[in-house]
Amino acid sequence: MASFKRSDGRKVNELRPMTAKVGVVPNADGSALFAFGDTIAIAAVYGPRLLHPQHMQDPKQATLRVNYDLLSFSVYDRKKPGPSRRSQEISKMTEYALSPVLDLKEFPSTVIDVQIYILQADAGTRTAGINAASMALAHAGLPMKNLVCSVAIGKQDTTVVADLTKEEEDFHEGEGATDFPLAKIANSDQFTLVQLDGNIATELVAEVLEMANETCAEVYEVQKKALKAGATQ
Amino acid sequence: MAVKKISVQGSEEPQKKRYIVVPGEVIVSGEDYLPSDGTRRQGADIVAAKYGLAEEAGMVIRVIPLTGAFVPRRGNQVIGRVSNITMNGWVIDIDWASNAFLPIDESPHFINKNEMDQFLAIGDLMLGKIEGITARGIDLSFDGPGLGKLEGGFSFKVSPNRVPRVIGREGSMINLIKDNTKCDVAVGQNGWCWVYSEDMEGMLKARKAIEMITEKPFVEGLTEKMESWFQENK
Repeated sequence: MASFKRSDGRKVNELRPMTAKVGVVPNADGSALFAFGDTIAIAAVYGPRLLHPQHMQDPKQATLRVNYDLLSFSVYDRKKPGPSRRSQEISKMTEYALSPVLDLKEFPSTVIDVQIYILQADAGTRTAGINAASMALAHAGLPMKNLVCSVAIGKQDTTVVADLTKEEEDFHEGEGATDFPLAKIANSDQFTLVQLDGNIATELVAEVLEMANETCAEVYEVQKKALKAGATQ
Repeated sequence: MAVKKISVQGSEEPQKKRYIVVPGEVIVSGEDYLPSDGTRRQGADIVAAKYGLAEEAGMVIRVIPLTGAFVPRRGNQVIGRVSNITMNGWVIDIDWASNAFLPIDESPHFINKNEMDQFLAIGDLMLGKIEGITARGIDLSFDGPGLGKLEGGFSFKVSPNRVPRVIGREGSMINLIKDNTKCDVAVGQNGWCWVYSEDMEGMLKARKAIEMITEKPFVEGLTEKMESWFQENK
């Protein structure tokens, strides 16, 4: 549907301009920033380090502990600081999205802490957070199978579009808006996160996954470039 | 997948090719190559398992990490701080998830078990060698030249990934620092450094020099550069 006009004039499969950088948190073992347009996420990785309380330690492998949160000034109405139902869910889901690429068995009984903070939110914060966290884990020198790339595909009425903004998420014409965040292991067809908020016709899911493959390749190039640039600093 | 080549070591060793890789990136293809540290084999390819500098030394491929926390290995020399005293040894904090243990037998002279803080008290610094890593913890020893309690002076931390540069090839860099500052310098693989001298100026200069080295990871001929820096700042 070439006739569909997006509110910011992008093509249906066009992502917002991405920026990425590593080494943004000097005191962390690894850190990264990732932005999709006005959505900015920073991630800091600490560890492997001692896990307390001790009963949470897993003698078989390291524990991955993600904490995602919106900073209070990142949204229009001030976000009350601290964990919420939403941020706890996204933290858990980010853990599931990242752990398949990590070699956790190398560091038994320890914890790898990942802190993800959203500096500015304009939809797609969890995907920006996963992209930043994946770069930060690599930057922390941890053994990984590959990077994780994440992108939110969505639907405006009946048109599948990539990387929705907040304005697009609040679209109410026709079938309304659908949000379909995905994460996958780079250069493979293994998805580590598939979420769906809204309605979508079964036939369109194939189109969504196809678009995710295409756009994740772009995300991967940005992540790779930032990591390589970060090494020579 | 093409990897960007950067000149790091210059032309003195043309047989060693080095370039930055990200996890999952194919370094070389071919059954003849051998995967070493930080790499793994995936079919016919050698793939990076870590972010860092890939090095081709003959047919052996490895990835040297540039960032990240210290991960202890057997044989590492580490600087640690006494965090507890037990019946038969000292518990040492070496900046790792599990504490290290120094048995009482490692003491150079006889120690009364009731007065173990006569040798190492809580908060004291020591330079030890990692003797073994087990599921229960890390064992340290003082078996080696220069190992033991570190008295006086001060300690500071640098990135553990830069420690090989601070030491230099066969200790060239660390000896340069020692000679030019008249300081006693110890560097642990975990990034902790310790300097000691009667002269405070010398200790501060040694610290400045070490911090300069760790801030310049990709400079060629760093030993010569530091030599001239010491000449300028006599």
